[in-house]
Amino acid sequence: MTDLIQIKGVRHAYQTATGPLPVLDGLELSVPEGGFVAVVGPSGCGKSTLTRLVAGLMKPDQGEVWLHGERVKSPRSTVGMAFQNPVMLEWRTILKNVMLPLEIVPTKLSKAQQEERARYLLELVGLKGFEDKRPSELSGGMRQRASLCRALVHQPEVLILDEPFGALDAFTREDLWQIMHQVKAKEPFTGVLITHDLRESIFLADQVVVLSGRPARTQFTLDVPSDGPRHLDMLYTPEAADMLHTLRHQIEIAQGRTGAEALV
Amino acid sequence: MKLRQIAVPVIAIVIFLVLWEALVWVMGWPNYKMASPSDLVPAYLRYWNLFLIMGWQTLWRTVIGLLVAIVFGTALGMIMGFSRTMRDALYPLLVGFNAIPKATVVPIIALMFVGLHDFNTVLIAFMISFFPIAVSVSIGLSTLEPEYRDILRSLGASQSTIFWKIALPKTLPEFFGALKVSVTLAFIGTNLMEIVSPHGRGLGALFDSGKTNSDYPLMFAVLIALAFLGIVLYYVVVALEKVFAGWAERAPG
Ligand SMILES: Nc1ncnc2c1ncn2[C@@H]1O[C@H](COP(=O)(O)OP(=O)(O)OP(=O)(O)O)[C@@H](O)[C@H]1O
Ligand SMILES: [Mg+2]
Repeated sequence: MTDLIQIKGVRHAYQTATGPLPVLDGLELSVPEGGFVAVVGPSGCGKSTLTRLVAGLMKPDQGEVWLHGERVKSPRSTVGMAFQNPVMLEWRTILKNVMLPLEIVPTKLSKAQQEERARYLLELVGLKGFEDKRPSELSGGMRQRASLCRALVHQPEVLILDEPFGALDAFTREDLWQIMHQVKAKEPFTGVLITHDLRESIFLADQVVVLSGRPARTQFTLDVPSDGPRHLDMLYTPEAADMLHTLRHQIEIAQGRTGAEALV
Repeated sequence: MKLRQIAVPVIAIVIFLVLWEALVWVMGWPNYKMASPSDLVPAYLRYWNLFLIMGWQTLWRTVIGLLVAIVFGTALGMIMGFSRTMRDALYPLLVGFNAIPKATVVPIIALMFVGLHDFNTVLIAFMISFFPIAVSVSIGLSTLEPEYRDILRSLGASQSTIFWKIALPKTLPEFFGALKVSVTLAFIGTNLMEIVSPHGRGLGALFDSGKTNSDYPLMFAVLIALAFLGIVLYYVVVALEKVFAGWAERAPG
């Protein structure tokens, strides 16, 4: 069984006014079909860059990105992506924003079914009643949820989420974690989740990858033991405490400090 | 709400006219120095058919010039918006062209295409008004945040799909902002040509004939008619903006 997403020896540098800025250096990552990998790492280490590579939005200077046994050279319609900055088309209603990918990606759904699906997803993330509102009428967290629906609407094989719950309050975030599990149970996808929340990473993912500071390489990988459906209580078990402790320690190494400064 | 929106400007105009009338009356100005609103009514009554014919001339030539400016300006803006090289190449030329006072170009054009009065007028209206449109479209397109493109690009959408679904609608508010400037400019262009051309037509020519015949109330009547047409054109653009870019309007407060 080959992995659905494979990143091999990827190096990348941005050309800036002050010369090349190496961002990724020797990144290795693979996600099996149906797997869900969380990527954590210090701010600015290259996590969003990683998502752009997987989505085919840019090509790495060196190394290879493979999806489904094919080398990624350009974007493909089987990928769904929620960006760190959840831009919405202000001239469209929320419903029409969510339906946008269906206008690009070939779909077998009729217009009515498309709308039904968009409404269903909006309801799932708690945005029922906001279908006909404009994005400017929504809070930042609501826009993030709508952007999550937009990433899911065309039933992508691969879902890439770049800090999708960053702007949400703690309670809504926990709600959405559970919703993510529900969604995953109903429509299987292979996922990459960028996050800065360690609890989120172990609650949602089967594997947590810690990236080093910039230029990022794969520093540490943690497998989250999984047995059946997860409940939020899991976060309060000794096993979870151990995992969080390990991850925090790794982050501190990635940040180049091993002292007592805590990561929030 | 609706009533208020209409009543307030109407009252403002009435107050303006009353003040004007009062000023002329108090200062005791003869009507060759400054006509008063009450002098205008006879002028309109006497020449109403001329006003209609000439007003129509001015109007259609302005609108045609403006339409050409929209097509040309948008195309130019797209070229500059999508290509850095073209932007660097064309910008100085455009700015230089725009800096030339069009009043100096009018006689040149009038001589260059003698006898083609309609063509000349449309040409000046176009030349004077495409600049804001080109600049706004190019800026709108070149400052489009990459995230907007990426939403569609990550799904494998083509450049033209991205243009129609994202870039174009996103640029509409800037476009209409520019169009509001351009519509007035085009109007000024039309009138310049009408006044300067020896056998001109349109409200500008009517103004000129008022001047040669020392009919001062007629000249003032033309000015007011021009103002009226200008207001109408401007609000047509505002109405179009509401329809096509109304989403960009923030709720007051
Ligand atoms: N288009 C670009 N041109 C030049 N430099 C860039 C560009 N995009 C990102 N960078 C730089 O590359 C580095 C990594 O950026 P990236 O967005 O991948 O980080 P990140 O890990 O997602 O950060 P955060 O946790 O803050 O979201 C940063 O230092 C950033 O300044
Ligand atoms: Mg990022």
